[in-house]
Amino acid sequence: MVQIRVQSEPFDYGTECARFCADRQDVGAVVTFCGVVRDDTGDLAHMEIEHYPGMTERALGKIAEEAARRWALLDCLIIHRYGALEPGARIMMVATASAHRADAFAAADFLMDYLKSRAPFWKKETRAQGAQWVAAKNSDEAALARW
Amino acid sequence: MKLEVLYFAWVRERIGCARETIETDAQTVNALVDELSAREERYALAFSDLSALRVAVDQDLSEFDAPLTDAREVAFFPPMTGG
Repeated sequence: MVQIRVQSEPFDYGTECARFCADRQDVGAVVTFCGVVRDDTGDLAHMEIEHYPGMTERALGKIAEEAARRWALLDCLIIHRYGALEPGARIMMVATASAHRADAFAAADFLMDYLKSRAPFWKKETRAQGAQWVAAKNSDEAALARW
Repeated sequence: MKLEVLYFAWVRERIGCARETIETDAQTVNALVDELSAREERYALAFSDLSALRVAVDQDLSEFDAPLTDAREVAFFPPMTGG
């Protein structure tokens, strides 16, 4: 049921959303989320995403399994890219499906909170003045306490 | 024992390699950190503040006092920034 894709190539968010659970009649709610490379300062050249092949798939699988254990999910998709991404590029997406919306919303929210600080990805931003690793936020770690 | 040791993000840059095979008798992650730090300055620098680091043993997030019994792979990296 859980589909996980870790890839360097781009994905088409619209196509993925349209395809997700398209052939099912028991699904009453689909929630999708897409993370995008944000340029706060107007001079971001690109963002490089590094990951830990092997552990990444394992960690995402465990997070998705935990979501499926907590909520009545009918389907779940996680796509996360790595490599060099331009500002505005789609970094990742999650999609969750359930009979009723509360489960799909909660599971998507949970997946994102865990994915932020428990999946082995690291971001490095390159600007005119140089490259810098993005620091994890305390609020990301604190967000896990909600669950 | 032989351990595959992996480094990611700025830890990789500071140490200067992505992975290496280490021959060690270290019983815990902390003992491995001490051994590497004593070996060369670049390790000591990378491991100077363990609160800024995370560790995975055999691809599971772990603690620095975790035992290395039967471990094959240890990875050091900064807090993760997925999503």
